[in-house]
Amino acid sequence: MRVVAAMSGGVDSAVAAARLIDAGHEVVGVHLALSEDARAVREKARGCCTLEDSADARRVADRLGIPFYVWDLSARFRTEVVEDFVAEYAAGRTPNPCLRCNERIKFAALLDKAVALGFDAVGTGHYAQVVEGPNGRELHRAVDAAKDQSYVLGVLDAGQLAGAFFPLGGSTKAQVREEAAARGFAVARKPDSHDICFIPDGDTRGWLAGRLGSRPGVVVDESCAVVGSHGGAYGYTVGQRKGLALPRPAADGLPRYVQSVDVATNTVVVAPGELLGVDVIEGEHLRWCGRPPTGATRVEAQVRAHGEGLPGVATVLGAAVGQTVQVHLDASVRGVAPGQSVVLYDGTRVVGSATITATGRRSRA
Amino acid sequence: MPVYLDHAATTPVFPDVAAAMSAQRDRVGNASSLHTAGRAARRVVEESRERLAGVLGARPSEVVFTSGGTESDNLAVAGVYRARRDADPRRRRLLVSAIEHHAVLDCVQALVDREGAEVDWLPCDAEGIVQVADVRAAIAEDPQSVALVSVMWANNEVGTVQDVAAIAAEAHAHGIPMHTDAVQAVGHLPVDFLASGVDLLTLTGHKVGGPIGSGALLVRREQDVVPLVYGGGQERQIRSGTLDTVGILGLSLAVEASVGMLPVEGPRLCRLRDDLIEGAMGLGYDIRPGGVWRPGDWASRSAGNAHLLVPGCEGDSLLYLLDAAGVECSTGSACQAGVPQPSHVLLAMGLSEREARGALRLTLGHTSTGADVEAVLAALPAALDRARRAAGVA
Repeated sequence: MRVVAAMSGGVDSAVAAARLIDAGHEVVGVHLALSEDARAVREKARGCCTLEDSADARRVADRLGIPFYVWDLSARFRTEVVEDFVAEYAAGRTPNPCLRCNERIKFAALLDKAVALGFDAVGTGHYAQVVEGPNGRELHRAVDAAKDQSYVLGVLDAGQLAGAFFPLGGSTKAQVREEAAARGFAVARKPDSHDICFIPDGDTRGWLAGRLGSRPGVVVDESCAVVGSHGGAYGYTVGQRKGLALPRPAADGLPRYVQSVDVATNTVVVAPGELLGVDVIEGEHLRWCGRPPTGATRVEAQVRAHGEGLPGVATVLGAAVGQTVQVHLDASVRGVAPGQSVVLYDGTRVVGSATITATGRRSRA
Repeated sequence: MPVYLDHAATTPVFPDVAAAMSAQRDRVGNASSLHTAGRAARRVVEESRERLAGVLGARPSEVVFTSGGTESDNLAVAGVYRARRDADPRRRRLLVSAIEHHAVLDCVQALVDREGAEVDWLPCDAEGIVQVADVRAAIAEDPQSVALVSVMWANNEVGTVQDVAAIAAEAHAHGIPMHTDAVQAVGHLPVDFLASGVDLLTLTGHKVGGPIGSGALLVRREQDVVPLVYGGGQERQIRSGTLDTVGILGLSLAVEASVGMLPVEGPRLCRLRDDLIEGAMGLGYDIRPGGVWRPGDWASRSAGNAHLLVPGCEGDSLLYLLDAAGVECSTGSACQAGVPQPSHVLLAMGLSEREARGALRLTLGHTSTGADVEAVLAALPAALDRARRAAGVA
C-alpha cells in the first residue's frame, strides 16, 4: 500500500515509519505544520511542531531514504482544535485536544488529503493495535499498558480506521527506543513530548487567560458559602485541587476539590473529595468503531488519557440522530468533567466514544 | 532518470568547469602569499577576475568576489546604505522593488528594523514589471533622502526582466546609486555592466554552470561600500577573507561559457519554454503563465522560465505528485519550515493568496531537452487531477 507516515520528529513516529517500510509499504514521510508561528526550538519536553522537530523528522526520512514533505494544516488546526479548545473552556467544559486532533486533523484533513493524492492510508506512532475482526477492523489497546493511546484514538470510526496504521501497538516504549538506537536514529534518546502541543509552557490557565481575559469571581462550597476567589471560572476543571488558593482551610481540615464549574454565573464550586464521586456518566457526539452496542452492554469506560477502564453498563438512548449514551459505573470515580471524552472498551477492543455532557450519582456511596 | 526542471534553483556544473576546478584544487597556494605558490594562485584569481569582467562589460577592478548571491545582495544593500547614511544622515530611504529575492527584501527589512532605514516598496504591474514612472515618482518625493535604489534584473520566480538601464538613469539624475540583483540574468540575458549604468550588480556561479558558494558583486570604482566582514583587506578592503581560488576559477569559467553560449542557448531555451507553456495551457486546466509572456521573446521574460498558475491546485501538492512522477520542479516561492508560502511576487502582481498558492515554477537550463518538456506535459494531467481533488478536501 501507499502510506503517508505522519512524522512528528519524535522517536515513536520515526520507528513507525521504519516499520511501515519494512512491512513492504511504499512510504512517504509527512510532517504536519500545525502552528502558524512555529518556534525555532523545543522547550524541554514540552510542545512539538517546532522547526527543530521538523528537521528531526526530515533527518529520519533522509536516513530511511523516503521522500519527505511538510504539509501545512495550521489553519485547519487553529479552527478545528485550538479555537474549539478555547470555546469549550469558555463554556465551562474540559476538552481533550488530542482526541479532537486525531478526529479532525490526523485522520480527517491529513487522511483525506493523502487519499486524494493517491495514498491508501496514514501511519502514525500511536501506541494502539488494529486487528482484523469478524466485522472488520477493530481498534485495541496497545501491549504496553503504560503507553496505551487507544483512548485518544477512540474517536475514530470504522472508515477512518480502515485508513490507519499503528505499527507500534505490539511493542513497549523501551523496545521502540532500543530499535530507534539500533537503526541509528538521532532521535532515539529524544524526550517524549507531554502536555498540550500548542501551550508550550504547560500553563493552560495562563494561556486561556490571554485569550479569554480576566473574569474575577467567587469560589463557593457545597453550601453556597463564599470560600475564595478566582480570575475566571473557565480556568478550572472538575477534580482539580492545585491552584485553588483558598485563604482558609475547611472546617473539617480536609482538602477541597473543584466539584463543578458554572461559567454562566462565573462560579467555581468546591467540595470535599468524598462528594466528588460520580457513577453515572452521560455523553453525546457518539463515535462507534464498528457495530454500535444494542441494549444495556457491559463495558469498561475510560474517562481520561492516562486512566484505566472502569467496569460498568452502557446504554444508548434515542434514535439515530442526536443519540446519547448513559454509562452506569459499578463503582464511583472522581474528577470526571463535562467536555472530557469517555471511551468504551470491550476487553481490549475500543467500542466507541462520547463527549461527556453530565455526571451524577445513582445513590450515596 | 528524473526530469530536472529546477535550473533556477541550481543548474548542473559544466563538465569543463568541474575539470578545471578539480585540477586547481590539487594546487596549494593562498593568493595573498608572496611566494611562488601564492603568486600562482593570485594569477588564477586575477585571470578569473579579468575573464569575468571581460564578458560582463566591467573593469577587473570592479569585481568583488563573494560567497554568492545572498552575500553580494547584502553587501550591496547594507554596505551602500551604511556608507550613504554615514556621509549624510538624511539619506535613509531605500527604494526597492516589492518582487526582490529575500536576500534583498530581508536585508532591507533588517535595516529598517535595526538601523533607522526607511523603505518605499516599488510596485510592479500585473505582468510583473516595475514601472520606471513609479521609480521616478518615488525619488521625486524627496531625492535628497534616498540612499539606494535596488531593482532586480530578472525575477527568480516569474522570469520577468526589468528595465534596469532606465531605472538607473532616473537614479543617477539625482546622484543616487543603483543596485541590481542579476543572479537570474547573467548568462541568461545579455548583461553589460557599463552600458546598463548600474553601480552595483549581484551575480552567482551556481545558476550558470559554476559552483555553489562562489559569486561576485560588481562595484563601480567610485562607489563607497561599508564592508560586512573585516579581516585581511582582500577585494579592495570591501570583502576580507582568503580568496577561494578554486571557486573563483569555476565562477569565471562558467560565466564565460554561459555568456558565450547565449546566442544559441537563449533562442533554444526560449523555444522549449514556449512549447512547455503552450503545451500546459493546452491541457485544459485553465493554466496560464505567471508574468509577462510573449512567444519567441526572451528579452522581456527569461528564456528558461516557465512559471504556471494552476487554478484550484496547491503548488505543494503538485510538487509532491510531479516529484513522485519523476519531474523535479519548484513552486517558486520561499519556504518557511518546509511549507511553501504564498509568493510575495505573485501577491505584488495583484494575485489573491489563493491564486498564488497554485503556482508551479518549471525552469529550463543547459541540460534541458525537448524530451524533458514532453515528459512534464505527459505527467501533468494526472498530477493536476489529483492535486485538484486534494485541494477540495484539505
